[in-house]
Amino acid sequence: MNKQEYTITVYTENQVGLLNRIAIIFSRRKINIESLNTSPTEVDSVHRFTIVISEYEDVVRKLCRQIEKQVEVLKAYYNTENEIVWQELALYKVPTDVIATEVKVERLLRENGAHTVVIRKDYTVFAVAGHREETEALIKVLEPYGLIEFVRSARVAIIKGSSGFHERLKEFEQKEPGEEAIENEFLDKNQEVFSM
Amino acid sequence: METLEIAKVKQESKKTTPISGSVAVLEAFLAEGVDTVFGYPGGAIMPIYDALYDYKEKLKHILVRHEQGAIHAAQGFARVSGRSGVVFATSGPGATNLVTGLADAMIDSTPVVCITGQVFAHLLGTDAFQETDVINITTPVTKWNYQVTDANEIPHVLAKAFYIAGSGRPGPVLIDITKNAQLQLFNYEGYTKCEHIRSYRPKPIVRKKYIEEAALLINNAERPFVIFGQGVILGKAEKEFKQFIEKAGIPAAWTIMGMSAIPTDHPLGVGMLGMHGNYGPNVLTNECDVLIAVGMRFDDRVTGRLDKYARQAKVIHLDIDPAEIDKNVKADVPVWGDCKETLPLLTKLVAQKVYPQWLQKFKDYQQKEEEKVIHDELNPTSEVLTMGEVIKTLNELTNGNAVIVTDVGQHQMVACRYAKFNQSKSNITSGGLGTMGYALPAAIGAAYGDPSRTTVAIIGDGGFQMTLQELGTIMQFKPKVKIIILNNQFLGMVRQWQQLFHEKRYSFVDITSPDFVQVAKGFGIPGKSISKREFLKSSVEEMLRHDGSYLLEIMVGKENNVFPMVPQGRGVAECVLSKEEI
Repeated sequence: MNKQEYTITVYTENQVGLLNRIAIIFSRRKINIESLNTSPTEVDSVHRFTIVISEYEDVVRKLCRQIEKQVEVLKAYYNTENEIVWQELALYKVPTDVIATEVKVERLLRENGAHTVVIRKDYTVFAVAGHREETEALIKVLEPYGLIEFVRSARVAIIKGSSGFHERLKEFEQKEPGEEAIENEFLDKNQEVFSM
Repeated sequence: METLEIAKVKQESKKTTPISGSVAVLEAFLAEGVDTVFGYPGGAIMPIYDALYDYKEKLKHILVRHEQGAIHAAQGFARVSGRSGVVFATSGPGATNLVTGLADAMIDSTPVVCITGQVFAHLLGTDAFQETDVINITTPVTKWNYQVTDANEIPHVLAKAFYIAGSGRPGPVLIDITKNAQLQLFNYEGYTKCEHIRSYRPKPIVRKKYIEEAALLINNAERPFVIFGQGVILGKAEKEFKQFIEKAGIPAAWTIMGMSAIPTDHPLGVGMLGMHGNYGPNVLTNECDVLIAVGMRFDDRVTGRLDKYARQAKVIHLDIDPAEIDKNVKADVPVWGDCKETLPLLTKLVAQKVYPQWLQKFKDYQQKEEEKVIHDELNPTSEVLTMGEVIKTLNELTNGNAVIVTDVGQHQMVACRYAKFNQSKSNITSGGLGTMGYALPAAIGAAYGDPSRTTVAIIGDGGFQMTLQELGTIMQFKPKVKIIILNNQFLGMVRQWQQLFHEKRYSFVDITSPDFVQVAKGFGIPGKSISKREFLKSSVEEMLRHDGSYLLEIMVGKENNVFPMVPQGRGVAECVLSKEEI
């Protein structure tokens, strides 16, 4: 088995210090986090971490169990790329005079699905949402035209097979939950969405 | 400035409310049934200590000599009593001194609740006097931690703390309370114990399917082998465990942490696992056909090289912590749950059986070990005393009824190899972290954990010097702790490794000790030092008979080694009985 890119989705309580608790699970094992995003969810009071790492599945599974062991973590899932829909947002700052004179640039931006965020006298900022290869390709394209600054956000991802967290949470809130809420991947290997 | 601050906080809250955050902490303790606190005061925890002044009748506070002593004492207390140990420490250095104990409690799953004082909330992050980022320092070594900056949070945060520390797989919890929250008066609406946290599942619903699969494997096994750890003790499932092995007739070996869960002389008890465990259980791990692991976590000291560990066996793993299942050893049947619940279900389904031939194999190995190691260790002909004969003498004089607290090193391995126990929660030691200096303070806590039992601390000359300041605690509060120092004038375990694996290059293992008896005398503790066999029994007897703490130093062989041994990097079946075999 090879190392592979996994997207880990963690549903948590909104608690100061939890980011550190989750982050050290990776750093303790000397695993680099490639991307980390925190976000609200469709459920009030529940937060969601989206973490991207490249590892063996066995390692990722163990990491998820360690994450789920944290008191304030409700659930951790891990998925490969084909099990999720994901996006990253990139911003590019280029000199406005180049944009104004080089029609080609404008076309390139349109071809890459970029839109203009701001136009100033001296610079213009474009945004692209998409997969990593796409946002990275545009850097190469813009470099000859004096790309001033580039930044990319963390990944946000939606699990294709997930039906959201509302129903799950109801189970968690019960003192005696059903088996669903506390199922564990090794105890339930048939689930479509890997769930810990 | 601080005085002004105190006055301000007091005034602000006076208008509305009746009790302070500090009083709420103590009320929470009482509601949780806490009667003993180990602690050390300091600037940032003074309001709690001020409140404690009025609770002297209800809460016993043991003033230790170092915060590490407080947390080890709380651990010893918890391990003997089965209840959470409780610690007070101040901010900054007070809190950082707890870190070793937290790490120890974390890896050995000991329920401990630590309350640390913290600077005023408005000073957080200003590098104030004795300010340390305790929450972030302790995050990796706590099951849960939380900083309180508002007194209103105290009752429910403490309720959560006790619930989390003691439920599921237990562990240490640290609550950091800023000084303003300790002083703040607030509307106290009473204390409600926590019974549910939606994001926390201490234990799952047991899935019958896996119990059935496990039972099927066991019933078809020819050479089943049970290995068990502290989970049996933490789950208070000693009775259920005994019923299980007795009905199924399966030989059972304990990890160092699981020791004393069944009496050491139980007919199905085949000894200790691990690097210095018994020969049979180590070697036969690689001959069993079904390995049933109960409440243990396949530590590397137990498994040796993983790719040579029980490859032939089907593995059934009973554990309450799902993160342990498949972590080191892949389980064929995971039985995730509280063993207090899973074991009786399993017992119901297993057939009543005996495995005389299989059990005989353990006995054969036992015999071999007896001839090559045990006999000479317990009945030496050498002039110098061995650690083993000291433990044997202790067994004879205590009848296996004592709580034995050990430190870390050769004496620990020898004590765990030869000590006899009749009842559970009797072997208190630092297993996972291997914390030298653990035994003396842990023994103090153990003595409070069950004052009706005799507590014997067995410590090496090195470890004793790490926390000997706690003799001051013994002097002041008079818990009855019998201290045996097994003095081999070396940091023995490291020396053994240097001898065996580093061409006898004894690098800084030669340790000089003070006159321990004089030191004890300085603390008002009587003592004696012996080096001759003829005085051994009478001296141990005298120590046990003495009504109070006593220190007995016993000079033992300088370069004795602990065997058997599974050398690091080898498989359990490559367990050796002497240095010639390495």
